[in-house]
Amino acid sequence: MTRNNSLLDTVVEIVDCAKPGESIEAYAVKERETEIRAYENEVESLTSATVQGIGIRVVNKGRQGFSYAVSLDDGTLQNTLQEARDNCRFASVDEFAGVATPDGVEPVSLDLYRADLQTYTTEKKVELALELEKAALSADPRIKNIETADYYDTICSNAVATSSGVAAESQETNCFLVVQSLAEDKNDTQSGLGYSVARHPDDLSVLEAASDAAERATRLLGAKQLPSGRVSIVLDPHVAARFVGIIGATLNGESVLKGRSLFTDKLNTLIAAPLITLTDDATNPLAYSASPIDAEGLATRRIPLIVDGVLCSFLYDSYTARRAGMDGTGSAVRAGFMGMPSVGAHALQLLPGKRSQAEMIADITDGLLVQNVVGLHSGINLVSGDFSIGAQGIRIRNGALAEPVREVTIASTLQRLLLNVIEVGSDLKWLPMNAAGMSLAIDDVVMSGT
Amino acid sequence: MDDGCNALLHQLSIISTTIILMLASDIINNVLAAALRTGGEFAEIFVEDKRSCSAALDDGRVEEVRSGHDRGAGIRVVQGETTGFAHTADLSEPSLIEAAVTAAAIAKNSNTGATPVPVQSSSTPLPTVRSEIGILPSDVSKSSKVELLRTADDAARSTDGSIIQVSAHYNDTRRRILVANSEGLFVSDDQIRTMFSVSCVASGDTGLQTGRQTIGQTSGFEVFDTYDLASLSRRAARRAITKLTARPAPSGSMPVVVSAGSGGVLFHEACGHGLEADFVAKSASAFTGRLGEKVAADSVTLIDDGTMAKEWGHYAIDDEGKPAARNVLISDGMLTDYMWDRNRAHKNGRQSSGNGRRQDFRCLPMVRMTNTYVANGTIDPDDIIADTDYGIYIAQLGGGQVNTTNGDFVFGMTEAYMIENGRIAEPIREGNLIGNGPEVLMSIDALGNDFAMGSPGLCGKDGQGVPVGDGTPTLRVASLTIGGTTA
Repeated sequence: MTRNNSLLDTVVEIVDCAKPGESIEAYAVKERETEIRAYENEVESLTSATVQGIGIRVVNKGRQGFSYAVSLDDGTLQNTLQEARDNCRFASVDEFAGVATPDGVEPVSLDLYRADLQTYTTEKKVELALELEKAALSADPRIKNIETADYYDTICSNAVATSSGVAAESQETNCFLVVQSLAEDKNDTQSGLGYSVARHPDDLSVLEAASDAAERATRLLGAKQLPSGRVSIVLDPHVAARFVGIIGATLNGESVLKGRSLFTDKLNTLIAAPLITLTDDATNPLAYSASPIDAEGLATRRIPLIVDGVLCSFLYDSYTARRAGMDGTGSAVRAGFMGMPSVGAHALQLLPGKRSQAEMIADITDGLLVQNVVGLHSGINLVSGDFSIGAQGIRIRNGALAEPVREVTIASTLQRLLLNVIEVGSDLKWLPMNAAGMSLAIDDVVMSGT
Repeated sequence: MDDGCNALLHQLSIISTTIILMLASDIINNVLAAALRTGGEFAEIFVEDKRSCSAALDDGRVEEVRSGHDRGAGIRVVQGETTGFAHTADLSEPSLIEAAVTAAAIAKNSNTGATPVPVQSSSTPLPTVRSEIGILPSDVSKSSKVELLRTADDAARSTDGSIIQVSAHYNDTRRRILVANSEGLFVSDDQIRTMFSVSCVASGDTGLQTGRQTIGQTSGFEVFDTYDLASLSRRAARRAITKLTARPAPSGSMPVVVSAGSGGVLFHEACGHGLEADFVAKSASAFTGRLGEKVAADSVTLIDDGTMAKEWGHYAIDDEGKPAARNVLISDGMLTDYMWDRNRAHKNGRQSSGNGRRQDFRCLPMVRMTNTYVANGTIDPDDIIADTDYGIYIAQLGGGQVNTTNGDFVFGMTEAYMIENGRIAEPIREGNLIGNGPEVLMSIDALGNDFAMGSPGLCGKDGQGVPVGDGTPTLRVASLTIGGTTA
């Protein structure tokens, strides 16, 4: 039987099945998504679908079990609950295991939902994707092909309840344009990525995405490898956002508890240049990943992680907060309904500086503007701090952009990179990821080439 | 064929239709007809039923025992250059028809629509991966699975006092798929994969270091008869311990020797992705237009082979219903073919190479690798090292990534050593190496005679992850750039 209950009703009904001595958490998600890819002035593919699912966690006498399913009918829900209960039997006893309990912090009301996305026609979305490809192609004569030009939107609802009294839900709409342009010149081909992100398709900017992609592709044409040496680097906003995301991952309270953090025993000490102030704040409605609640149903909040270079807090979900004896930070995340909640950052942002990227570059005599990076998963060790990634970008000579560079690596350690930040740019941009981008200048990095 | 045999086959297919979640052929025919009603040329339904069980130990405790069931269908309709796609987790006929109509919305006002060839449920079933499986993981108790975690934890911790943290992860999946299309195809597969990984953290004067080992097979619980988990775990621990004394890696370009079984990632990134027909067709590959040309050193023969039983990228049919195949991509240094899925092959008037894969029913298929390997060479691996005056020896590779457009790629080294005067010297800290695919392929100047398959991998492309395998003998690249911090 399929029911017309709200998601919140569904998860509350499940947690109400809790037997004495047992805690239950249920998380359900329902998402409608549209994805359109344009190619050579036609729709290459159009995907439209509804995704739904539920994850149930049971904790019994300190043992925890989890199970998930895609169907929300009564029979499946009961079977899934039984399976989670069964899985408890095989877990170790952990006195801190448990679901979240209400902590008195009320979720802020965020304006993240645009109801009329529901009725926005597919034809208009197709139009946006086709326009994006066209704009990307005409942005520069050297743009000869468009690898992908995509429109994407999602209308997402999720709800969390626990038998300990948490009952929360949130609804968001998100859409973005992303284009990968290919620039050609003589014997060289280079690609460049451009984005535009909004809550509603009418707020997307085709031109912003198209011109960004064109600039990023064309300025790399003719790129060459350089000799190795020590340089200053400027991470452009796309790269800096990923770097900030990695810093956020090192401030995970679970890693500290389990002895695999770079920053164990570093609370209240200087771990970054004093100009660095980093917060995680999912209550900022401008963030792509904004949400009033975390993956355990607790209110998200603004968490100062690094203030003036000093480490102020780690991120905690309810389990790690209990175990560490700290206040929770509403930092539970999950990889969809099939995953258990874990600790992670929601919406990281550095305090922006005062100057533009061009002004920052003007102060650098010998450097590299890093535009693309590859190998973040294979070249960065969050435990040891070793940092070594592939890079493409533009050489900086005497305060100005010079020749394009490819096939080099940049290497340091995460610890040193943080301390060596010399400036944060004013060019804040939210991208479809968990951190905001802005230019970031870092001193004394080894560039490895020929 | 006599009647008795026919009856047996018929019975077999009925068994497979009930066991392999199949939808009845009349429902499928109705769905495909609905999908082509607006003028589409090709329609396909992909049904998937995936059950998985995993258990994780960390910090000495079994923290997570997780199991679940994912199920649904994806329906696509192709007209000209355009594909419409919709998916649903509800396998009832009305819901499937609704998805078919949604997918068909891309094809409009055309009278050129194809008439679907009805699928027959009595067609001879192909062999499935299931037929190769010894012990179904679902027949094994969860407590036996959890026991494996404890074995790994005990072995790793007892290796040395410097091991301060161990995590271990067990996972099995059973993925049953059915593919039917408007050309009358109606096939299924029953894919079973089992994997185990262990990660250790060692602590010393120089800080923390990590070591990791992963095993995985397209097979059942019998994989643990092949591998000894205790020695696997000790090996992961020793990797972490070794790195405590590692010196910073050098920077600059130098010869690199990669141990047998480890080099697969290098080829996966240096040319594997660039040989996927979708990148090629959009001129987003450094190998576009180079068929029949010499693209690698003469000793290099590169093969992508989805038929290799037990290997991580193995299957009986791909996610478009095409049987897995052994495809020679580079033969003695000459580029012989790309890898193809149905759509790319159709546009080029040829057959798919059995490389159409998708992460799950929510995704459109695209061209993906399976098990990609370099055929064995002739040189004794010890001679390759002895013949290298100065360079890097990589004992374990991490992941990699490629910019297919210009061919630049990186891969990580998670256990590596200096080579000095033809001997393996001190360990170096981890990092990435960078090279250019087309250049690196030409500069492979030694291939060992010690071929081995590598660790199971998860290959990501356009947001979709699929299991892949790889393999190589020991090999040397004349020059790669090391992403270290010292001169």
